[in-house]
Amino acid sequence: MFSVLASKGKTSRNNKTGSWRTFKKPNFLQKNCINCGLCKLVCPETCITGKEKNQYYPDYDYCKGCGLCAYICPKKDIEMVKE
Amino acid sequence: MKQFIEGSWAMAYAAKLCRPQVVSAYPITPQTHIVEHMAEFVASGELAAESVNVESEHSAASLVLGAQATGVRTFTATSSQGLFLMQEVVFNIAGMRLPVMMVCANRAISAPINIWNDQQDSIALRDAGWVQLYAENNQEALDLIIAGYKIGENPKIMLPIMVCVDGFILTHGMETVDMPTQEEVDKFLPKYNPPYKLDVENPMSLGLLGDPTVYLENRYALHKTLEEVIPEINKVGAEYKKAFGRDSIRLVEEYKLDDAEIALVAMGSVCGSIKDVVDQERAKGAKVGMLKIVSYRPFPGEAIKKALAKVSCVGILDKNISLGAAGAVYTEINSLMAGQNKKVSGFVAGLGGRDITPQTIQEIIKTTKNEVNACKFIGLNKELLWDEFRV
Repeated sequence: MFSVLASKGKTSRNNKTGSWRTFKKPNFLQKNCINCGLCKLVCPETCITGKEKNQYYPDYDYCKGCGLCAYICPKKDIEMVKE
Repeated sequence: MKQFIEGSWAMAYAAKLCRPQVVSAYPITPQTHIVEHMAEFVASGELAAESVNVESEHSAASLVLGAQATGVRTFTATSSQGLFLMQEVVFNIAGMRLPVMMVCANRAISAPINIWNDQQDSIALRDAGWVQLYAENNQEALDLIIAGYKIGENPKIMLPIMVCVDGFILTHGMETVDMPTQEEVDKFLPKYNPPYKLDVENPMSLGLLGDPTVYLENRYALHKTLEEVIPEINKVGAEYKKAFGRDSIRLVEEYKLDDAEIALVAMGSVCGSIKDVVDQERAKGAKVGMLKIVSYRPFPGEAIKKALAKVSCVGILDKNISLGAAGAVYTEINSLMAGQNKKVSGFVAGLGGRDITPQTIQEIIKTTKNEVNACKFIGLNKELLWDEFRV
């Protein structure tokens, strides 16, 4: 007898792990962004996308609200807000 | 062909005949000779396998886990502290349903540090989901390895097998062993063809996170499959007998139990000594018999009940102890015998390599007949037991 033992390749995104997020989420203000890209670099979920000033944005389907992006932002352009 | 050889050599030879493609282990007494011989087979080109040196048993077990997951047959061996260092991975191998073969050369566990034989190491890992088979002699060890691969690799089973052999007594003991040929083993054991594996052509993830919605089902499936191993052992045992002429793949072995009043129950090499004592006692007119448990996991409850149906006294010899409770085999057989109006006693003997002599076994028979004990130690030296600390 077997149960859930394996999953097909390239299916991990089917799990919307953003549902694990509790209490707070990052709010990208998109006002003083200097396009340093640090938020994208430190995100442990690699769920932040963006290439230009004031266009960075997280994918809340996978963001777990760790707050590292808000902590690292040199312009304080990301704030953690209650959900 | 029959050969007079060391047990470790016979076990390595058995593993080699099964053509594992990856072998990894970390040296630990008394297992070392087994993997030493495997490494020789690989070095000489007799066995087409990768023999991987690792820095610890945790790595050895992880390595065979990973290799087995890619769809190849593997082999490892360990003992005692080494098995304990593997523990985390041992549970993973079963949970990931990878039919790894491991020989556990049974050795006592620390502290105090002790390299001699008892069965505490494998007993402590009985709940891991592995099939645990205990060999009485080196012929059986060889047979259990070859048949074990076949049992574990059944696509409906896919479970790891631990062949438990008493350290030194079997691993370093010289015995006559009937060695099968490569052709015979190739005919008996088909090529390993797992229903799932890590393959770049067909990518999949193994060893997933099992959240509360799937974990319970995983453990149930594992438990149910271990139960399915009981008929599978009988089935493969019949095939093995047909192929090699030996009746060594079985759940239990009954020895002179037909008309017995007193039955001793044990596992492993001590069963050989018990058979001798049973013969001596029978020559004196005592109706004594023995039940040897080969398959400890899965636990063959029905076969044990049937074998012990007619006896009135059961003495269980454990070379292990669940400290604060009793011997592991006693605990399980005692619960099986509940309400059957039998005298069931548990004995702990032979820990840390203390010899189990004919006198030890005679004392167990006598005590089984006259008293009921849950956990009686046999052979204690009272002079070494103190009320207060001494140096």
